Amino acid sequence: MSDTTALLKRAHELFPDEVVTSAHVRHLDLPLGAGKFALITLDNGFDHTKPTTFGPGSLAKLSEALDQVEREAAAGEIAAVGVTGKPFIFAVGADLKGVEVLKEHSDALAIGKGGHDVFKRIAALPVPTFAFYNGAAMGGGVEVGLHCDYRTVSTGVPAFSLPECFLGLVPGWGGCTLLPNLIGPAKAITVIIENSLSQNRQLKGKQVFDLGIADAVFAPADFLEQSLLWAATVLKGETVVERPEIDRGEAWDAAVAHGRAIADSKVHGAAPAPYRALDIIAAAKDATLKDAASLQAGFDAEDAALADLIMGGELRSGIYAFNLVQKRGKRPFGAPDKSLARPVTKVGVVGAGLMASQLALLFARQLKVPVVLTDIDQERVDKGVGYVHGEIDKLQAKGRLNQDGANRLKGLVTGSLDKAAAFGDADFVIEAVFEELGVKQQVFADVEAVVSPTCILATNTSSLSVTEMAAKLEHPERVVGFHFFNPVAVLPLLEIVRGESTDDASLATAFGVAKKLKKTGVLVKDAPAFVVNRILTRFMGEIQTVIDEGTPIDTIEKGVEPLGLPMSPIVLIELVGPAIALHVSETLHGAFPERFTVSENLRRVVAAGKRGFYTWASGQQEIDPEVAALLQVGDVVLTPEQVLDRALTAVAQEIALMLDEGVVAEAQDIDLCLITGAGWPFHLGGITPYLDRSGVSERVNGKPFLAPGIASVPA
Amino acid sequence: MPRTARDVVFVDGVRTPFGKAGPKGIYAETRADDLVIKAIRELLRRNPSLDPARVDEVAIAATTQIGDQGLTLGRSAALLAGLPKTVPGYSIDRMCAGAMTAATSVAGGIAFGAYDIAIAGGVEHMGRHPMGEGVDPNPRFLSEKVVDESALFMGMTAENLHDRFPHLTKERCDAYAVRSQEKAAKAYANNVIQPDLVPVAVRRTNEAAGETGWGLATVDEPMRPGTTMEMLAGLKTPFRPHGRITAGNAAGLNDGATASLIAAEDVARELGLPVKMRMVSYAFVGVEPEVMGIGPVPATEKALRQAGLTIADIGAFEINEAFAIQVLSMLDHFGIADDDERVNPYGGAIAYGHPLASSGVRLMTQLARRFEERPDVRYGLTSMCIGMGMGGTVIWENPNFTEGGK
Repeated sequence: MSDTTALLKRAHELFPDEVVTSAHVRHLDLPLGAGKFALITLDNGFDHTKPTTFGPGSLAKLSEALDQVEREAAAGEIAAVGVTGKPFIFAVGADLKGVEVLKEHSDALAIGKGGHDVFKRIAALPVPTFAFYNGAAMGGGVEVGLHCDYRTVSTGVPAFSLPECFLGLVPGWGGCTLLPNLIGPAKAITVIIENSLSQNRQLKGKQVFDLGIADAVFAPADFLEQSLLWAATVLKGETVVERPEIDRGEAWDAAVAHGRAIADSKVHGAAPAPYRALDIIAAAKDATLKDAASLQAGFDAEDAALADLIMGGELRSGIYAFNLVQKRGKRPFGAPDKSLARPVTKVGVVGAGLMASQLALLFARQLKVPVVLTDIDQERVDKGVGYVHGEIDKLQAKGRLNQDGANRLKGLVTGSLDKAAAFGDADFVIEAVFEELGVKQQVFADVEAVVSPTCILATNTSSLSVTEMAAKLEHPERVVGFHFFNPVAVLPLLEIVRGESTDDASLATAFGVAKKLKKTGVLVKDAPAFVVNRILTRFMGEIQTVIDEGTPIDTIEKGVEPLGLPMSPIVLIELVGPAIALHVSETLHGAFPERFTVSENLRRVVAAGKRGFYTWASGQQEIDPEVAALLQVGDVVLTPEQVLDRALTAVAQEIALMLDEGVVAEAQDIDLCLITGAGWPFHLGGITPYLDRSGVSERVNGKPFLAPGIASVPA
Repeated sequence: MPRTARDVVFVDGVRTPFGKAGPKGIYAETRADDLVIKAIRELLRRNPSLDPARVDEVAIAATTQIGDQGLTLGRSAALLAGLPKTVPGYSIDRMCAGAMTAATSVAGGIAFGAYDIAIAGGVEHMGRHPMGEGVDPNPRFLSEKVVDESALFMGMTAENLHDRFPHLTKERCDAYAVRSQEKAAKAYANNVIQPDLVPVAVRRTNEAAGETGWGLATVDEPMRPGTTMEMLAGLKTPFRPHGRITAGNAAGLNDGATASLIAAEDVARELGLPVKMRMVSYAFVGVEPEVMGIGPVPATEKALRQAGLTIADIGAFEINEAFAIQVLSMLDHFGIADDDERVNPYGGAIAYGHPLASSGVRLMTQLARRFEERPDVRYGLTSMCIGMGMGGTVIWENPNFTEGGK
C-alpha cells in the first residue's frame, strides 16, 4: 500500500459519511486526428443541487483514475488527459464536514498531504493535461485545474473562487503556490485574499479567463466540444499558449505587502489564515511551474498551514459561522410551520421618512406587490415616494433593472394621506415612525381601524416592547416585531419578535415575508432591545464607562483590535448616531439599571449635536477636539488588555443572561444575529466561540456557551 | 405589387454524428434539443461572414414533438443556440421528410421574398422518443378502411412493397445494403463525410453502456463496415414470418440532428457565403399509405415535370434508404441499375442511420459534396419516402457545373 493510499484510508475511516466523488475515466478521439484523449469526469452521482466535493474517499477515487491514465500515458496509448465535471458543477473543493471531524494535528496534516499527493500526479503525467472548468469551481476544485498544463473555462461558470481564507483556511492543495506563479502575485492575491475576505466574492467564467487563470473561454452551449477542439489544436501545435512573464523582483514583494494591507483592513490581524496564505505566496516567488522540486517547499508550507489552521479555533469558528449562515439562517430555529403563513399581496408603510422609504423599496423589489407609504402631510409622502423612485432610477442606471422593471417597481410604490383607502386591502402594514411607545400605539390603533382583522401589523422598533405596542388593540395577535438593521440593503438580519399575544399564523407570515425579502429571520422574544442592540449597547456601554473612568480612546482602539471587528465601537457610535445610541442605552438602563449605564459624556456629545467622537477633517481619523473638550473623565487608566477583558466580560455576562431569559433559543442564534446584523466576523464565529476559546465564558459564567466540537476541535 | 421570384440556394449543411437509439447508444443521455442546437452553432461558426441577426427564420423538424422535441423547437433551439432574440423559429413535421420540408418551406418563403436567409434542419431522438410515442390514430382509419392496419408500421409497408414487385427480391435488397455499407466505409476513408459532422459531447452514467463520464461523439455509430451477404442472409424478419425486411436491409432506429443554411442566391453571394446547390424544383406527393415506399416515384416525376427535365438529366441521386426495397422500386421504375454509380455514391441511411425528421438535410449535404466533386454533373436530386404514404423530391442544380463535363 502506497503512502497516499494509507493516508487516505485513515482519513476515510475518520469520515465515513463522505459523499464520495467518482473520477470516471472515458476515452475519446480528439478532433483533427489529434489522438486519443482520456477525460476524467468528477461526479458525485447527484444532480447540481448537491455539488461535487473532495473528501478522502474522493481523493482515493481520483488517485485510482490517475493509476489508470499513468499506465496508459506511459504505454503511449493516450495523447493527453483532461478533467471536467458533471453538468453545471466542476468541483467545489474539500468537504467541510470532513474537516470538522478532525481531532489530531497529524490527521489534519494528512488531509493536506493526501490532496497534494494526488493532485501532483496530474502535473507529473508525461502527456499534456487540461482542465475544462465547465461549472462552479471552488477551493480544491479550482486547485485540481491549477495542477494541469492548460485550462479552459465556460462563460456560464457562475462561481469560481478560492474561498479558504474566508473560512479560515489557506488554499492548501497547491493554490497558494501555483496561482501566483500562473497569473502573478497581484492577481493571485486578488483571488486568494481580497475576494475571499470580501464576503467570499465569486468570479464569473469570463473573469477567470481575463485574469489568465484559464487559457481559453467558450460559451456553455458547446463548451466541452470547443474545449476538446481547442485541446486538439494545442496538441497539434496550431495553438500556442503564451502567458505573460511574471515579475519576480520587487513587484512580487510589493504585491504581497499590498495583500497584507488588504488583510489588515479586513481582519485587522485577528484571523491567521490570510497571513499564512500571504507567507506562502511570498515564498512562492522562488518556485516555477512544471518544476516539481521547486514547488515542493510551497506545498509543504501549505500542508503545515492547513494542519495548524484546522486545529485552530478561527477555522472551527469560521466553519461554524458558515453553517449558521447557510443552514440555520435559511431554516429559522423555532419558526412556526410555513404552511400557516398567509399570502401578502399588498404592503402598507406608516411613515415616509428615510427608514420607511428604504423599507418600501425593499418590499417592492423583493415581494413585487403594491406598497403604499403614508405620513402626516403630502409633502412628506411625496418626499418618501420621490426617494424610492430616485433609488429605482439609480438601479436602472446601474443596469440592475431594465425600463420595464423600473416602470413596474415605480408603479408599485405610491403614497397616500388616506390610510383607510391605502391600507384597506393590505395584508401587511409596517410602521417606521418615531421611537415612542405612545406614538406607535396610536399608529397601530389608527391602522387597525381600517385594515382587515388578519392584516399583519409589524413594527420596526429597535427597543420598544412589541407586547405593549399591541396591548390596546382588538387583535393583538397580529402584531410582530420586524427589526431591520442599517443599512437595510446590506445587512441580512431581521429580528422577528414574538409578542406575548402574537399567534403562529402571524409569525409564520412574518417569516415568510422575511424569506421573500431575502433576509435572515431570527426568532426573538419580546425583550428590551432584542439581540444585536442589546449586546452592542452592553459592549459599547462598557467601553463608554471605561472612557468615562479615564482610559484614552487610543487605548480603547488598541484593546479591541485583536477581535478584528469590522469597525471599532467608537466608529460604530457614529454610524448608529449618538442620539440613537443614547436612546437605546436609556431604554436598556430602564430595563436593567444595574448593568446598563447612561453615560453623561454621551449625553453631552448628543446635546452638543456632535455626530461622533472622531473627525476626518484633516483627512485622517482624529479625535474631534470639540468632543474631547466636552468629555469629563476620571483618572483610572486601563491597559489595552484590561479594556478588552472588561468589554468581553460584559458581553459574556449579557449573553448568558439573555439565554437564561430565553431571548433566543440557543447561543447559535446570538452568533447568527451578530454575524448578519452587526457584521461580526467569521473568525470569532459571531462571538460565543471566541468567548469560549479565550476562556472568558468559563471565567464569567463557569461554563462554555457551546459544547466541544460545535465550533471547536471535537473532544 | 410586382414580385420577382428569387433563386434559392443551399449554402451549407452540417449534422451530428448519428447514434443508435436505445439505452446503450451514444446519445442515450443527451437531449434531442441539444443535438440540434450544437448543429446550428456549428453551422454559424463555419460561416463567419453571416451575421446571425440576418437569419430570418429557423425551421426545425421533429416527428415526435414532445418533451425535448417539443416547445416550438425551432424557436427554443434558436434561443438556446445563442441566436439574437429577434430571430424567429417554428417546428415542422412531415415524419421522415421533416428536414426536407423545412428546407422547401423556407425556400418558398425566400422565393416569395419573405426571407433572405433561413436555417432549416431536423432532429429525431428515437431513443428518447420511440416511433409512435403518444400517437392516437383516429379509429375511422380502420373502421372505414381508410388505410390498412399495416399502413402505420413502416416495416410492414416495406413488406407490402415486396409483394407488389416480386422481382425485387430480398437478395437484391441485401446486395444493395452490402454496397451501401461498402460505399459509406469508403466515403469515411476518403474523409468525405467527417467535414460536415459536428462533434457532440456526450455524458454517460450508465455503466452497462460502457465507460462512464463525458465522451465525444465524432463518428456515426450505426455503421457496419465489412457487412457481407452471408451476414445479412440469416437476420430475422421482424415484420413478417419468412418476410424480406431485416435490420440489415433497412435503416435502423437512430438519434441525430441536422441543420442547413438556405438563402436567396443574390444575398448569399453578397455576403460571400458559399453556394453549394441551387434549388430547381420540389414536390411532395401522396400514395397509398400501405406502400408508402413508392412515394419517391410520383414525387420525382412531378418535380421533374415542374423543372422541365427528364430522369436522364439527373446525374446524381441521394435517395434516403429507409428500406432497400424502397430505393430499388424507384430505380426499377426509372430503369436505373441497382448499382448505378450515380445513386448514393457515399452510401446511405442503411449505413449511417435514419433519425427520421433529420435525414432530409443529410441527403442535401451529401449531394452538395457530390456536386463539389463532380462539376460535370449539372442536376441532382434528393428524394425520400414518407410515412402515411408520401414521397418528397427536391431537384438541385450544381453551381460548379461546367459545360466541359461529360
